[in-house]
Amino acid sequence: MTGLILGVSAVLILIILFLIFRVQSLVSVLKGTYNKRVSLSNKVNAILFPISFTMGMILLFWYSDKASEFYLPESASFHGVHTDSLFWITTYIVTAAFIITHILLFWFAYKYQYKEGNQATFFPDNHKLELVWTVIPAILLTILVVFGYKNWSAITNPVLQKDRVEIEVMGKQFAWQVRYAGKDGVIGKYNYKLIDNSNEFGMDMADVNNFDDFTPREIHIPKGRQIFLKIRARDVLHSVFLPHFRVKMDAVPGMPTSFAFTPKYTTAEMAAITGNPTFKYELACTEICGRGHYAMRFIVVVEEEEDYKKWFAEQKSWLETNPDYVNKIPENLRQYVPFAIAPKASAEKSSSDSSAVTPVSTDSLKKEAMASY
Amino acid sequence: MATLDIHAHTADTHDHHDEHEHEHHEQGFIAKYIFSEDHKTIAKQFLISGLFWALIGGSFSAIFRLQLGFPDANLEWLKPLLGEWIQNGKLDPEFYLALVTMHGTIMVFFVLTAGLSGTFSNFLIPLQVGARDMASGFLNMLSYWFFFISSVLMFISLFIETGPASGGWVIYPPLSALPQAMSGSGLGMTLWLSSMAIFIVSSLLGSINYITTIINLRTVGMTFTRLPLTIWAFFLTAIIGVLSFPVLFSAALLLIFDRSFGTSFYLSEIYIGGQALHNMGGSPILFQHLFWFLGHPEVYIVLLPALGITSEIISTNSRKPIFGYKAMIGSMMGITFLSFIVWAHHMFVTGMNPFLGSVFMLLTLIIAVPSAVKAFNYITTLWRGNIVFTPAMLFSIGLVSFFISGGVTGIILGNAALDIQLHDTYYVVAHFHLVMGSASFFGFLAGVYHWFPKMFGRMLDEKLGYIHFWLSFIGIYLVFFPMHYIGIAGFPRRYYSFTSYEAFSTFGDLNMFISIAAITTLSAQLIFGFNFFYSIFKGRKSTQNPWSSNTLEWTAPIIPGHGNWEGDIPHVYRWPYDYSKPGAKEDFIMQNVPLSQTPESNLPFEKDLALEEK
Repeated sequence: MTGLILGVSAVLILIILFLIFRVQSLVSVLKGTYNKRVSLSNKVNAILFPISFTMGMILLFWYSDKASEFYLPESASFHGVHTDSLFWITTYIVTAAFIITHILLFWFAYKYQYKEGNQATFFPDNHKLELVWTVIPAILLTILVVFGYKNWSAITNPVLQKDRVEIEVMGKQFAWQVRYAGKDGVIGKYNYKLIDNSNEFGMDMADVNNFDDFTPREIHIPKGRQIFLKIRARDVLHSVFLPHFRVKMDAVPGMPTSFAFTPKYTTAEMAAITGNPTFKYELACTEICGRGHYAMRFIVVVEEEEDYKKWFAEQKSWLETNPDYVNKIPENLRQYVPFAIAPKASAEKSSSDSSAVTPVSTDSLKKEAMASY
Repeated sequence: MATLDIHAHTADTHDHHDEHEHEHHEQGFIAKYIFSEDHKTIAKQFLISGLFWALIGGSFSAIFRLQLGFPDANLEWLKPLLGEWIQNGKLDPEFYLALVTMHGTIMVFFVLTAGLSGTFSNFLIPLQVGARDMASGFLNMLSYWFFFISSVLMFISLFIETGPASGGWVIYPPLSALPQAMSGSGLGMTLWLSSMAIFIVSSLLGSINYITTIINLRTVGMTFTRLPLTIWAFFLTAIIGVLSFPVLFSAALLLIFDRSFGTSFYLSEIYIGGQALHNMGGSPILFQHLFWFLGHPEVYIVLLPALGITSEIISTNSRKPIFGYKAMIGSMMGITFLSFIVWAHHMFVTGMNPFLGSVFMLLTLIIAVPSAVKAFNYITTLWRGNIVFTPAMLFSIGLVSFFISGGVTGIILGNAALDIQLHDTYYVVAHFHLVMGSASFFGFLAGVYHWFPKMFGRMLDEKLGYIHFWLSFIGIYLVFFPMHYIGIAGFPRRYYSFTSYEAFSTFGDLNMFISIAAITTLSAQLIFGFNFFYSIFKGRKSTQNPWSSNTLEWTAPIIPGHGNWEGDIPHVYRWPYDYSKPGAKEDFIMQNVPLSQTPESNLPFEKDLALEEK
């Protein structure tokens, strides 16, 4: 019933609007305004430009001030401090350009509206003027390019520190997975053909470096140390986005990428800066990857060095939590497993599993793993 | 009334049958309106198809804006329209992606490429250069009908069970290559690729024709430096199209191979759906290079015609010559050239070589210089003019405004270091919707308001045009300007909802505001729809030169017949921007007026030319 009433009133409103339209066009025919070059509307349109611009500017400044509280807080990485200041300087420059050109555009539109008897100035060109406004933007842009280039090179060609923390970040539909090197400091090789429900990374058990790798549910990183993200994807494109650290890099299947940054504030410090006691650093996906694209949240915790070391020491290696995979380790390498192997469980498993596993020669695996990194 | 006009007019052309033998026979309905080889009819076909697609593409944005602005709303009432895509009163997340994908595809290719270039290049090139028709009417007809087939395929893909393509309008593989990755990558993607392949054929046929016509069929005296800037813009647009669309075709072809024939151009080391695929050695980045080799020039394919139209309209209605005619041509040439070598600024964070990133940053910021020159020239054209605010003029000024406000943020995004944070956020959405989407759409609307009298012999209602302009102009700013704030706050694009992140949990009210503004602005376009269709049949009749303009199309009959001019094609004696020339009797002198007839207003160098005419 309400639908019907709404429908009928909508139709009535449309009819009324149409009648108003007809009446006004008939009136203007009677008045003969069609025969003149301009009518009153010309004045109205002319004045509306400066009016709407003024209101727009008030809205712009009022809201820019109000919205600043919703922006991301100060950059939590060192390189981000530089890009942030470059961003704001560039923003002030382009905002000034935007406002000046718009004042001219709308002021001219108002001031030079049609007046009977006036004649426009025949002004087809002026080389001096054109030269000036070609050269000024060119100089400004050159300066911006230079600063942009410096920042860009520093960020993308980082000097890798010896004490850096390497973390492998892998995107999949629809979650992030991370892997730490473990105590040996080396992230083990992988092969996508070895991926299964437990071995999400496709860790190659023929590589001893994998034995102590661990895959935590949160990223923990120490404040002040260089973090080197080794980024990859195993199904479609994803993109690692750490908004507070001003970090973004695509995760590409078959083509590992990387990003290095140094965190500046711990989670606790950031909580104090933002005044939000439950503040958490987040990792998001910014490359469309399917249904769950918007829900690939992963938590990042930045801590002081001691806390990080403590957390690191507590982590159990992936192999230890998935002891079945010990059977996939070639006999000659089992001595390197850093924990005691329960012999019974492994024997049982190996008999049932052997048929399911496709034998792959370690040589070819090594080659593939090397090619992929 | 309309039928009467047509009869009167055909009778008229028959009087002149000695001029064109091919007009002897009365064309049947099909030859005249459907499989027409007349550039004016083909232009109208593109125009109507473009408006149809704009309606669909616009409605899609209304639906996904509902989701973004009112994430908790019950959308059960859309069920009759969307069916199973509404689950428990909620939009399906994959359908949300399908909506943004199709919105982008439709707007970029079907509305702003086919609708804008297809309409105005077809309509204006022969009329403004002084030709009877396109170089090949037959190819021109094929161009439209290929576009039609492409449209039909894309339209069908909206109704299939697995949904249309949903991997974003850029269709990056592997997402678009693997039906396991999302349902839209199945049949929907196949239809998308087939449709686009045919679309490219249509675009190429059109572009080749435009180029040929402009080079070969200019009337006597119409040198390149006397061409209206519209024609220059269409000419350069067609060149960009011819050089870049084939690259998209090859990208699509390789994707088709990867999808259907097991090749590995773009696929490598993929584990999906519990299965490791055999593909090794391909590169998804290769696709992005190929795609953006078209994708970036495409921005200018969309924008240049709009800028050309604006140049013409601003000059006419300021009653002043366009400022810096040669600088305008130069900057358009500069943009054309540079548009081919900036594509990788879309790929700063894909992991491509950082040095390559630096090169593309430099080239990208260089392109801002000719763009700035264009903006300054428009503003200077208004200076000391005598401005008549026709609806077309309002939309042209609006275009200049969007071109600046969207263009300046390009300086930020083109800076690789700043792009790291802003890439794929709403900042990018704000940027390209202003500079490319809204600016080009305003160029399109300005063109329709300006040349409607030439197309249909009747005028669009001015008052409705004013209302349409102010609602659209203010509305578009209210929609896209706030997106800058959301983008600076880091909100990523193509997110179905922001609730799962703490960092993106703010700005709920601003998103609601944007949605209300967007739906209002879209509704305002219905005023135009009404004005358009009503005026075709009932609009006030046009005079021959309603805007007192200089270009050749206004010398043709009010409704030009087949062959455009009765009798000889007019000759051209001057450039198209002799407005308010000192000493002239009126504030405009048409291009076909010989210099020898205007001794009172000739400039020193024209006096010699006037002598040569005799």
